[in-house]
Amino acid sequence: MSISSRRPLLRLPSVPVQVNPHNSRPLATAGRIILVCACLAAVFALLCLVSISAGAGEIRFMNLLAHLFSMSLGTETTLDPAEETILFSIRLPRILLAASVGASLSLSGVVFQAILRNPLADPYILGISGGAALGAVIGILIGAGFVPLGIPGLAFLGALVAILLIFGVSESKSGHSGNTLLLTGVIINAFFSALIMFAVSLSSSDRLHSVLFWLMGDLSMAEGNEATLVGMAMLLGFLILFSLARPLNLLILGEETAMQLGVDAKRAKKILLATASLITAAAVSVSGTIGFIGLVIPHLLRLLLGADHRLLLPASALFGASFLVLADTIARTLMAPVELPVGVVTALCGAPYFLYLLHRRAF
Amino acid sequence: MDILQVDQISFSYNGLTVLSDVRFGVEKGDFLGLIGPNGSGKTTLLKLIDGLLQPDRGSIRLNGTPIRKMKRNDLAKIIAVVPQAAPSIFPFTVREVVLMGRTPHLGRWRFEGAADLAAMEGAMKKTDILDLADRRMNRLSGGEFHRVLIARALAQEPHILLLDEPTAYLDIRHQADFFNLLQSLNGEQGLTVIAVTHDINLASLYCNRIALLKEGQIEAIGHPGLVVTEEIIQAVYGTPVMIDCHPETGRPRVTPKRKEPSDNGNR
Repeated sequence: MSISSRRPLLRLPSVPVQVNPHNSRPLATAGRIILVCACLAAVFALLCLVSISAGAGEIRFMNLLAHLFSMSLGTETTLDPAEETILFSIRLPRILLAASVGASLSLSGVVFQAILRNPLADPYILGISGGAALGAVIGILIGAGFVPLGIPGLAFLGALVAILLIFGVSESKSGHSGNTLLLTGVIINAFFSALIMFAVSLSSSDRLHSVLFWLMGDLSMAEGNEATLVGMAMLLGFLILFSLARPLNLLILGEETAMQLGVDAKRAKKILLATASLITAAAVSVSGTIGFIGLVIPHLLRLLLGADHRLLLPASALFGASFLVLADTIARTLMAPVELPVGVVTALCGAPYFLYLLHRRAF
Repeated sequence: MDILQVDQISFSYNGLTVLSDVRFGVEKGDFLGLIGPNGSGKTTLLKLIDGLLQPDRGSIRLNGTPIRKMKRNDLAKIIAVVPQAAPSIFPFTVREVVLMGRTPHLGRWRFEGAADLAAMEGAMKKTDILDLADRRMNRLSGGEFHRVLIARALAQEPHILLLDEPTAYLDIRHQADFFNLLQSLNGEQGLTVIAVTHDINLASLYCNRIALLKEGQIEAIGHPGLVVTEEIIQAVYGTPVMIDCHPETGRPRVTPKRKEPSDNGNR
């Protein structure tokens, strides 16, 4: 008698990544994790400097370097006041926001894919973003003065409602089955989309632009304190997820196997899902529905670094942060003075890359 | 004293009785085969022994301690399970998967040390998968995959090894290799082995004892020669069988009886 079914319905084995199957990959040791993360952090720092110096109201790159250098020596600044204002009240908050959102979406993508044991899972497909979008659209169309933080507050509420719906509906006696959860998310997402379209079709045209930008994902709406809040949520979430990295490795092999190897699988799963959902909600509430990051970045890094989450989680956070900072810089500068929604950039990069992955999988 | 005591356990699922009043003991170093028709409760019994399910009544004790009072981590230091091969979705390497067997011996933040790497290597040597170490799990054949799962279980350094249909997807060579490996682990290292299997002949050939389940109850338990008899097998499986002796060991061997072909010409 089979009491739980564990066959994935959408059986998409991961991409066959290796040309040479005997190519050795080192185990994730503390040293390797630190090394990889240090490299990624260096890339991230460089991208941040580029992002600061790029865009309207230019801060010259060399000036910026000189500024950092003189700051570290404790001497006079070389930036003029205008540059300083741009740096501290425009660029840095924006970079902090992009980095936090990118890291949050990547982290939750990693976690959802592992726990649902399905490489297609990500916060976007699961409907969490859809819930947030509905909240935000309602806020934009009828005003959001009645909740704290306004539109982001409503978006966060929407994401929470989506999460509760998804987990509430898919919960059964035997716990969450990955496929039920995924399908529930897809359906709820579709339902939210219908509600959003309904709301949009009733709205006046002057609000449509804001709605559209929100749905495409846009980082220009957030304020400084929101960036800080999302950043703190991401850091806290990362610490919780990272502390469960080893159980997460085992959960990929299935809940029963994880238990047989000594992990309290049900508890670990609950904490992981809740944490990933909440950092997603926080990120989406200020950024809109930025797609593909949660899907593509975990894939790419699993391909490069392997599936061990002790390495994959911090690497994904850093890489996701770097990627969104870069994408946002492109969105700000490509068609300047017009700003593109950053979701357009991530989708333009992400979709072809994912198609390439799918194509390579066709063996 | 028995290392494992199954004491009058009953279990029902959705109002359906799966096991009732099952009791037996397993001594250290035993090699027990659990056989029985489909739906007789073999796999459920295995899950109860491993604490994945809780019995409605009765108790299961490991070295005298009821397992429901044990932490998962402590249980995993004593019992290791070789599951039926599950599909692998993410590209862990063989070495990483075997090393996961060390989990119960590690704290949350500790990385694997020299002792863990040694246990991993020993387990891989025993199962002859050292040359697969860097291969990815989704690139293995059924037989290789299975050996990796055994290696993982061995890296756990358990006292009891539980196996669920270990040979279901293996060809005859891998079946023999597999049971020979179990035999040597059992004989040379005193590992207690409990295997659920459909293959009565393999069980009869290798196990010290066989427990035959029927409709959630133990119909017979003992030496294969006492359990695998025409009378008992026919009664439990409800189909006529013939039994002879293995040419080498003299253990009983089962063959289904063919229905007489009807004589309307097509054989």
